[in-house]
Amino acid sequence: MTRETPEVSAGSMADVAFLLLIFFLVTTTMAVDSGIMRKLPPPVPDDIKAPPVKTRNVFQVLINSADAIMISDKTAQSASAMKEANKKDLRRLVKDFLTPHVPDNPKYPETKVVDIDFIGKYEKSKGIVSMQNDRGTSYNTYIFVQNELAAAVRELRDELANQYFGMDFNVLLKTDEAKAKAIQKAVPMAISEAEPVNFGGK
Amino acid sequence: MAKFRKEGGKKLPEISTSSLPDIIFMLLFFFMVSTTMREVELVVKVTPPEASEVQKLEDKSLVSYIYIGKPVKRLAAKMGTDDRIQLNDAYAEVNQIREFVSLTREKLPDYNKSKQIISLKVDEGAKMGIVTDVKQELRKSNALKINYSTRKVADTQK
Repeated sequence: MTRETPEVSAGSMADVAFLLLIFFLVTTTMAVDSGIMRKLPPPVPDDIKAPPVKTRNVFQVLINSADAIMISDKTAQSASAMKEANKKDLRRLVKDFLTPHVPDNPKYPETKVVDIDFIGKYEKSKGIVSMQNDRGTSYNTYIFVQNELAAAVRELRDELANQYFGMDFNVLLKTDEAKAKAIQKAVPMAISEAEPVNFGGK
Repeated sequence: MAKFRKEGGKKLPEISTSSLPDIIFMLLFFFMVSTTMREVELVVKVTPPEASEVQKLEDKSLVSYIYIGKPVKRLAAKMGTDDRIQLNDAYAEVNQIREFVSLTREKLPDYNKSKQIISLKVDEGAKMGIVTDVKQELRKSNALKINYSTRKVADTQK
């Protein structure tokens, strides 16, 4: 006669099940909505004019209806010269433009000494990135440019945060809000959006 | 030496079913936790563009959604293939946005009215024209905090 197979103990099955449950609980990431946060400018009455900004302080980024990008040519003699830009170079050029240059260099924006908590006297760049798009620009390209501009500012903030506090900006934001505020003050998100033009049609 | 068994001589031991409830509960919990409820039925097709510099929307109760994209396939014959705006469950025109904003703001408690966030869920293929119109309407209705919904990707230039 053959020996009967002993029954597999099922008592520990519940433990295994709970183990799996806990494993999935820990590893599953919920679909969190995320995106690029922006603040729109409040509506402005028609009779109020925008304050004048010197051309050397403005870095223009234009996107046309064919999704080509044109930017200020800061290497040219004239401050208002423009050139076509490669998508990949955008972040580097914006970062370079927004980096404070001391002593004063006419090819870069002016700087102003400001007194900031935790940092002290700091040469802050007066540079502004101005972005304008066409009504025919694709949303994909628009977000790409927004993302590159945000990335340029974030990289500058990271550099400064590492220099003064020895950590990245988003780490600082979670650990010490007051210091993060100081970094934000030193490197503001200086992006202005002009009202779009309509050259290419809808 | 090998012995030959009689065919069908031995019965298979029965598999214990006492742990089945555990497994079922596990699945139940898993789906309970990982499911996010969809509040609205989409009538436009939205594939958000990719971006790396994203922030999470922490408090869902503050967020209202505006969808922009081409009508879904089953409605394309009726609605055409131009980009359309969706508010709540239906197609809408640009001039309805102000009403939508004030209605959703009305639902927030007083201390949170100024913190309202409008999330723009726009298809990557959409044109900026319609997005700009929506943004201008939002400015006029004083809903200034907006969020361009994107898919998070790792930074490609690191």
